[in-house]
Amino acid sequence: MSSETLLPSATPVRFVAEDGSRADEHGGYGEPTGDRLKEAYRLMVLGRRFDVQATALTKQGRLAVYPSSAGQEACQVAAALTLETRDWLFPTYRDSVALVARGLKPGEVLTLLRGDAHCGYNPVETRVAPQCTPLATQTLHAAGLAHAMQRRGEDAVALALIGDGATSEGDFHEALNFAAVFKAPVVFFVQNNRFAISVPFEKQSAAAALAYKGVGYGMRSEQVDGNDAVAVLAVLDDAVKHAREGKGPVLVEAHTYRIDAHTNADDATRYRDAEEVAKWREADPLKRLETFLKSRNLLQDTEIERFAAAAEVFAQSVRDTLNTEPELDPLSLFDHVYAEPTPQLRRQRAALEAELEA
Amino acid sequence: MTTTMAQALNAALRDALKDDDRVLVFGEDVGTLGGVFRVTDGITADFGEERCFDTPLAEAGIVGFAVGMAMGGFRPVVEMQFDAFAYPAFEQITSHVAKLRNRTRGALSLPMVIRVPYAGGIGGVEHHCDSSEAYYTHTPGLRVVTPGTAQDAYDLLRDAIESPDPVVFLEPKCRYWSSEEVTFTRSGPAIDQAVVRRHGKDVTLIAYGPMVATALETAEAAKAEGWDVEVVDLRSLSPFDDETVTASVRRTGRAVVVHEAAGFGGYGAEVVARVTEQCFHQLHAPVLRVTGLDIPYPAPKLERHQLPDVDRILDTIARLQWNDTPVVAGA
Ligand SMILES: Cc1ncc(C[n+]2csc(CCOP(=O)(O)OP(=O)(O)O)c2C)c(N)n1
Repeated sequence: MSSETLLPSATPVRFVAEDGSRADEHGGYGEPTGDRLKEAYRLMVLGRRFDVQATALTKQGRLAVYPSSAGQEACQVAAALTLETRDWLFPTYRDSVALVARGLKPGEVLTLLRGDAHCGYNPVETRVAPQCTPLATQTLHAAGLAHAMQRRGEDAVALALIGDGATSEGDFHEALNFAAVFKAPVVFFVQNNRFAISVPFEKQSAAAALAYKGVGYGMRSEQVDGNDAVAVLAVLDDAVKHAREGKGPVLVEAHTYRIDAHTNADDATRYRDAEEVAKWREADPLKRLETFLKSRNLLQDTEIERFAAAAEVFAQSVRDTLNTEPELDPLSLFDHVYAEPTPQLRRQRAALEAELEA
Repeated sequence: MTTTMAQALNAALRDALKDDDRVLVFGEDVGTLGGVFRVTDGITADFGEERCFDTPLAEAGIVGFAVGMAMGGFRPVVEMQFDAFAYPAFEQITSHVAKLRNRTRGALSLPMVIRVPYAGGIGGVEHHCDSSEAYYTHTPGLRVVTPGTAQDAYDLLRDAIESPDPVVFLEPKCRYWSSEEVTFTRSGPAIDQAVVRRHGKDVTLIAYGPMVATALETAEAAKAEGWDVEVVDLRSLSPFDDETVTASVRRTGRAVVVHEAAGFGGYGAEVVARVTEQCFHQLHAPVLRVTGLDIPYPAPKLERHQLPDVDRILDTIARLQWNDTPVVAGA
């Protein structure tokens, strides 16, 4: 493949301008159907409500920690919507809304952050890998699993989510290289939200855009306005199709912004100014999509109300789930360390059992 | 001055930066933010970006870059954000940081410090609570130290920065916020010495880092059982101060090693072996261990079952041979 065909567009792909009007930087990508966009909107409303609710629950001590993805809903929802049931998603700690959009239950999504267990769902059944905390490590797993599926003759793809900061890790670069060399059907989706905890993108990378990183590895690459749901969906749909057709991996960089702090425990005022945050708040992906859909008569006020009401019901279910403490069995600590508990673990289990009875 | 361990570390960094132009502090979020635990708070503001700066997010990069900078005459003090996030740098640490002096027959040395907030007890989600000391102590060429008190945090970090050899500096994060009276004059023992934190005549508790405070608490509680417990704080895990430890065990005739890390293949095994080899004839009972379970570090809601506590240590002391009851080791 010549490197020109791999190069991302000169400016981020965009279908909708910040004021909700039609933009013309869509670089030849096809516009998703109205139904699909309406579904994206519904899930974004749900996701925003989920995020607000989870953040509130940290204040009540119901959740140990929550990394908000407010402002990144277009990316989160598109990542889930673009995949078929048979495809795999590789999320990080920040991608709870993507899991909600993929259909996981709030209790399953929040198990990790609540502190009950390391993973709250069955990855095999959901085709969602455990939310990954060590940065960039999941990108290699996604490449490997994608390659495995290809070898087995399944036409499924893997999509790995990753932040801008994590693209500095060696694992990310090894993953791109492996994926490209093996032509693995994997999409690497970077949500460049401009901060890695306190470190701004300018101090993270000297590259004009992270999208350029793919080209050097021989991979098709693209950049997209991450707050424009229409564009993100269009670009990801195309990337997934490319991968599914056996044409190789794709790197997509979405330019977006993390509206809240890194987690509820972080104080973002220490490293960024309110003006910048306010400016990005204006670029709200929800508002933008709503205006766009309404202007095209694809979304009615009654539907907006219906989606909002459904999101309230959903928030109530999040609260209900989190307000009931599950019984955790301390003896389960010894389960699944090995396929069969070792003699050593059996002895330690018995010792803990005696301790609990005492 | 009453100071937290995190503040004592901050003071040590500041004093080292003041005293020696070659000292540099870098890592993830250590600049403007002052580190996720605020250990480097205000240092960039006071010393400038040349001396304390954020790096791209890459641990192998941070340590490998520090190797090069040390070769170039600087004395880097780098921060790994959390224990398990130092693993990408493991190759640099074990293959290069530990070995460069030996590989170059002394032509190149690596005076650098790798600070690692480690161990649990803070309700962190997975990968934020590993006790990684055994990986490092198993690597010849590294010094490995861990403070159990705020005073030691200051003293040990100053010594570590001045050490001609690379030091892995393990910071017990559950103790970051405990405060005590600290003097910033480096009055403590040398970097490679263990100290007796509390004198007693019946049994020696050998602890380090996060478990020093727990061992001292246990010693207080043990009084009620009629046991007079001596507490030794190792401070330096590698090299090991045989002299202080064996002198104590010879006096008491009984020893229990306490650590948070999993017991199997853990650091305690080394301590038990050394004590047994050197004090066999003075021992009234086998040397026992109280350690974390041999499982991946649990989710926060169950972590209390993982961590050695006063009760578990007291139960273990009770199993030492006080009369003719045989001891069952290695449960
Ligand atoms: C290997 C590794 N190093 C450090 C950390 C600690 N850490 C957690 S999140 C984070 C910042 C990640 O930033 P980015 O990749 O941009 O993702 P975002 O959180 O913005 O979504 C850091 C340094 C980690 N989780 N893993």
